[in-house]
Amino acid sequence: MPRDDTLSLRSSEDIVLIRQAVRAAAVDLRLSLVDQTKIVTAASELARNTLEYGGGGTVRIQGLQDGGRRGLRLTFEDKGPGIPDIERALKDGYTTGNGLGLGLGGARRLSSEFAIESRPGEGTKVTIARWTS
Amino acid sequence: MDRIPILKMGEYLLVTVQVDMHDRLAMTLQEDLADRIVKVRARAVLIDISALEVVDSFIGRMLGSIAAIARVLDAETVVVGMRPAVAITLVELGLALPGVRTALNVEKGMEILRRSLETSRGNGAATEAVAQPTDADAQG
Repeated sequence: MPRDDTLSLRSSEDIVLIRQAVRAAAVDLRLSLVDQTKIVTAASELARNTLEYGGGGTVRIQGLQDGGRRGLRLTFEDKGPGIPDIERALKDGYTTGNGLGLGLGGARRLSSEFAIESRPGEGTKVTIARWTS
Repeated sequence: MDRIPILKMGEYLLVTVQVDMHDRLAMTLQEDLADRIVKVRARAVLIDISALEVVDSFIGRMLGSIAAIARVLDAETVVVGMRPAVAITLVELGLALPGVRTALNVEKGMEILRRSLETSRGNGAATEAVAQPTDADAQG
């Protein structure tokens, strides 16, 4: 039975718990150490975004099986203000907060799949996946 | 309260990060280190991150800030022990830690710091040596 957990994201301590849960899931799926590190790091960036810009939300952690391939999908959802200009938000160095502006673009580079949906006033949903190579 | 211990050894401060830091703990470390550098007049800071399985942009930025703050307070910083998977991930994330000196392990890091302290003392002596003839000239 593949893993499918949803964790809530309310404080900076939750970011640590999410990193640990994603690591455990990646180890279970026998992702390589580099792949584990990449998805855990991407999760950390996206979790911080959800918290800082979305006002908190949830993370769904799903184990995937596709033929011989195994993967991990993470879905970050918030009901925050949304992102008015996604293209701009994906650019390195662009930030409306006090971070480095590497979160979204960096998470996209660290993932095999990346999708983002956002509606101003309704919230943001970011989905990433990392597959065994 | 949660804190990362800072050890003092002569002019050196040593920090071993052994826990997965939440953001506030990282900020506290930054402030504690700045305080300690001034309080004990430290000239060098060595941060061992060999236990860290993940360095995200927040922690990366914190390492950069620590190095910059230490420099402003006249101390050198070296970050040692980064895991290969962390290095690969950090670069792909877009963070190559500009302005942060790194070394493979504690021993190499200490060597860099020692040499750098010797050089700064050496330069100090050289500046004085150059200054002396000028004084003599002025007197003569």
